[in-house]
Amino acid sequence: MNTQTDKRRPYIRSMNGWWKRDPYFKRYLAMEATSILVAVYALILLVGLFRLSQGEAAYNGWLEALKNPLSVGLHILILLVFIYHSWSWFKIMPKTLASFYFRGEKVPQAVITWIGVAVSMALNLLVLAILAGVQP
Amino acid sequence: MKRSNEPVFWSLFGAGGMLSALIGVAVVFVTGIGVPLALLVSPDLMQYQNMMGFAQHWLGKIVVFSIIVLFLWHAALRILHMLHDFGIHAGTVARLVCYGLTLLCTLVTVYWLLALGF
Repeated sequence: MNTQTDKRRPYIRSMNGWWKRDPYFKRYLAMEATSILVAVYALILLVGLFRLSQGEAAYNGWLEALKNPLSVGLHILILLVFIYHSWSWFKIMPKTLASFYFRGEKVPQAVITWIGVAVSMALNLLVLAILAGVQP
Repeated sequence: MKRSNEPVFWSLFGAGGMLSALIGVAVVFVTGIGVPLALLVSPDLMQYQNMMGFAQHWLGKIVVFSIIVLFLWHAALRILHMLHDFGIHAGTVARLVCYGLTLLCTLVTVYWLLALGF
C-alpha cells in the first residue's frame, strides 16, 4: 500500500487490519457491511422485475429459483443481516439527529433507539399480517 | 465555494436505510422464505397474475420502485465509504462506478416498471 519515495523513510503506521484493533471498529464495520447484502437483495428483486417484464414463463423460472435451498439459505442470511441493520440503524439514529427535546428535557439516546426499534417491529408485523391475510 | 452534491446522495442513503430498517425484515421474509416455503403466507402470493396486477397498479409501482431503488442507493453510499476504509480512495472513479451503476439500476427499474403497463 504505502509507497516509499521519501529518502527519510518516515514511519507510516500500517492500516492493515485496522478494524481488528477495537471492538468499536468491528461493530462499525459489521454495520457498514450489512449494505452488501442489502444490495444483493435489491438486485434479486430487480432480476425478478426483469423476469416479470419478460412474461409468465420467465417469471415462473425466477419463482422456481427462489425455492432452491441455496436461495432460501441466502435469504435466511439476508434476513439476519436486515435484523442487524435495523438494530444498528436505530442505535446510531440518536447520533444523527439534532438534540431532541420533550417538555424541556433532552430525550436520552436510548429512548430514541428503543422507539425506533418498537416502530420497526410494529411496522414489520403489520406488513407480515397484511400479506399473511392476502389469500389469492 | 462549489456547491456539494453529497446531500442528494446522503438523503437517498437515509431514505433507503430508514425504509429497510422499518419494513426490510418482513419483506425479505415474505419474498425469500415465506413464499418459497409456504410459511405464514400463501405460496401463491407472488404468482404471475398477482404480481402483474400489483406491478401494473401505480401504488404497486411506487412500492417496487422504492424498495429496489432506495435499498440500492443506501447500499451504494455505504459501499463507497467502505472502499475508502479499505484504502481505496473514494475519488471520482470510485464515485462514478458506485453511483453510476446505481443510477443505471434506477433507470432500468423505471423502464421495466413502465414497460409492464398500467
